Amino acid sequence: MKRTAYMASALLLITLTPLATAETIAYTGAIVHTMGPAGTIENATIVIRNDRFEAVGGNLSPPGDARVIDVTGKIITPGLFSPMGQMGLTEVSGVDESVDFYQSGTRFSASFDIADAYNHRSPVLAVNRSGGITRAVTAPSPELEEETAAPQVFSGLAAVVQLGDRPDFIADRGCAMVVNLGEVGSAVSRGSRAAAILGLRAALDDGIDYRRNKDAVERGQRRDYSISIEDLEALQPVIAGRTPLLVNVNRASDIETIVRIASEYGLALILYGGAEAWMVADLLAANNVAVILDSKANLPASFDALNARLEAPAILAKAGVDISFGVDWQSETHTGRNITQSAGNAVANGLPWMEALEAITIAPARMYGVDDRFGSIEPGKEADLIVWPADPLELTSNPDDVMIRGQQVSLENRQTLLRDRYLQADSAKPPAFRK
Amino acid sequence: MKRILVSCVIFQLVTIACDTGADVETTTAYASRYKPLASGVTLLQGATVLTGTGERLDNTDILMRDGRIAAIGSNIDAAGASTINASEMWVTPGVIDVHSHLGVYASPGVAAHSDGNEMSTPVTAEVWAEHAVWPQDPGFVTALAGGVTTMQILPGSGNLIGGRGVTLKNVPGRNVMEMKFPGAPYGLKMACGENPKRFYGGQGLSPMTRMGNVAGYRTAWIEAEDYRDKMKAAENGKGEAPMRDLRLETLVGVLNGEILVHNHCYRADEMAVMIEISKEFGYSISTFHHAVEAYKVADLLAANNTCAAVWADWWGFKMEAYDGIRENAALVDRAGACAIIHSDSEIGMQRLNQEAAKVMGAAGRVDIDIPPERAIRWLTRNPASALGILEHTGTLEVGKMADVAVWNGNPFSVYTKVDRVFIDGALIYDRNDPSANPVTDFSLGTAAVSGGAQ
Repeated sequence: MKRTAYMASALLLITLTPLATAETIAYTGAIVHTMGPAGTIENATIVIRNDRFEAVGGNLSPPGDARVIDVTGKIITPGLFSPMGQMGLTEVSGVDESVDFYQSGTRFSASFDIADAYNHRSPVLAVNRSGGITRAVTAPSPELEEETAAPQVFSGLAAVVQLGDRPDFIADRGCAMVVNLGEVGSAVSRGSRAAAILGLRAALDDGIDYRRNKDAVERGQRRDYSISIEDLEALQPVIAGRTPLLVNVNRASDIETIVRIASEYGLALILYGGAEAWMVADLLAANNVAVILDSKANLPASFDALNARLEAPAILAKAGVDISFGVDWQSETHTGRNITQSAGNAVANGLPWMEALEAITIAPARMYGVDDRFGSIEPGKEADLIVWPADPLELTSNPDDVMIRGQQVSLENRQTLLRDRYLQADSAKPPAFRK
Repeated sequence: MKRILVSCVIFQLVTIACDTGADVETTTAYASRYKPLASGVTLLQGATVLTGTGERLDNTDILMRDGRIAAIGSNIDAAGASTINASEMWVTPGVIDVHSHLGVYASPGVAAHSDGNEMSTPVTAEVWAEHAVWPQDPGFVTALAGGVTTMQILPGSGNLIGGRGVTLKNVPGRNVMEMKFPGAPYGLKMACGENPKRFYGGQGLSPMTRMGNVAGYRTAWIEAEDYRDKMKAAENGKGEAPMRDLRLETLVGVLNGEILVHNHCYRADEMAVMIEISKEFGYSISTFHHAVEAYKVADLLAANNTCAAVWADWWGFKMEAYDGIRENAALVDRAGACAIIHSDSEIGMQRLNQEAAKVMGAAGRVDIDIPPERAIRWLTRNPASALGILEHTGTLEVGKMADVAVWNGNPFSVYTKVDRVFIDGALIYDRNDPSANPVTDFSLGTAAVSGGAQ
């Protein structure tokens, strides 16, 4: 009986069945952290109709047509939002053929749009959503192999993706433009971070010139540009301040530089890495710059991070900076679900608990401008939620139930299948017969 | 003049070590010259104690005297002891990381600090990690704040046989000898799988395949046997002793059971092959490191008395790590084998307790109950056993070294932090008194001093 169940669910996992019939679901009895204006509601009822939240409240009866799921005593949060990584762009980091988050060509840089490589059936996604990740930013990353690296300060366009089975798995294409400054910028600019800044300025100036002189460009009556026409096109929403630059930067002085440039050109900024961002927290708050950082990075991993410290999230948040957690290390993609550990460690080092939960739900949605669609439990928003048996930031706590856009998704993945196979230690037949 | 002065200092150290009766060969070159910091008599009162032996003792006192655990019990009478009210605290053995590269891949991670992989030829048993350990690596201090009192520093995994590992006490020293764990056996780093064959095969050299890997280990052991036999024969007056060979000397140390094998190995099938090789040449494997597929051969590990040192959930970064699961350590433990949580990371090393917590949570989902008193063994007792130092440390038992971590709550909560650390009974880290904590030379003038490394 049990074995049949495993087989059925394995099949489900592989085929990723399109949305079953739309239904109305009501969760009752949980403590709900809405991360919206309603705050935390005890003994709450959440009503989901089709793919959206219809209602949430403390004194709410489930509608008659709803399938009621009693989760009394449990905790409900919005789905978790991983703000930086390469989900759906890599299966095995060390297997080049399965990796699509960088390219070493010289023709394109800013226009390199990873959404076209995104694999919404990647087994990596299933592992992460079993940990409660429902949305993620998946982003290009610079190639740093010396022999093949192209000198490009832009890595290209990131996307907000949805980890469920719903068809619109790209939730926001081109949500940010990845730029490399600091040590990485120096590496991709042949030796100096000043060259990276120069490359960035030249591209922005070219983008502005191109916008003003498109006709002349088409007639071939304009000077040469530092990047391709495709790249100049891709920069237009950045120059207009609509699409944020997602800047790989750690050193405080480099952060000051990019904030100055952003202010000069009217650009929106999100920093990632941000090891020394806490040193300029007030500047970032005043300029509405968000930071995605690694709450566990407290060592001088490089000279750009001499002053890394565990209290950085708390210091930034206190100054009013929107923060979230992530690191620019590709293998973190596979363990993206550990974002709860990052949040928990930030709490251990001074960040208020609710702000830590905010940093992994609504705050990243706000950074990327998709908070009107998801990131909190509010009527009208897409219904992403997690049911937890206990404090979601505790490492012993794993989701009981994950809903993405109104659909309860399978928590099984190849890791649970492997686990179940080898749980049965005593068997007359080899493990290959246990599936 | 200067030279004479230096000699006197060394002479003094040796004398002191002899006076304290430490069973250490202080006169041998490269030997431990570790001296415990000054310690008084300390009583931790009313704590929740995880002994590391599998027991949990509530509301319990621990007395530390002369650097040792002097008593464990209730209402211990210790006149003159400095007493710490630990009623809100949990006390465990100091954390032991069986797999670290602190000092040989020090922070900052610049090329000049890359001292862990002598990838000039696939078998470099002649190199010793300790000869590259930079004691000013800021990672030692941050590990201390994570409760780590002992660690093994290993060469990297680029080579089939990468060289000797060394076990250190996590104490500030000006050189590695001042950090070496007295009497700890050496380790020998070996590596299976992708790393050696990728590096050498990529240059058209052997090993290019896993076949080449295995041929490489076996060839090395055959040479070691020959060297051992010639040495023995010469001792018995038969023939001349061969010239001293550093590489083979270390390998013979393994064959003689004096040096413990620490084998980087991910895949279950490769672990099984490595066990066959150990049988062919008559040595044993202390521990498979990384061992992401240990859960597939947990019975084999138990039968061969080999530990599996694992992460909680690293997976997918290379092909041989594709089958990693969070329950790995729990399944190894369930089979009666020795499970260890290790770091291989200066960041992970600071929170091995959190990695264990992930395993506990995952195991609980499939009805494998791992209480704290069982999980703590994965980062204390079992690594001590793997390193051959269990008789000295790794559990809280009367007579053992007073290597102790005091936590401000259940160590398996993400919110819990290490409050104090004692090594040989000396308070070496106190979260509430940052001014008294060590700071490496490199960290002077950085946030580490004001709290960044705390």
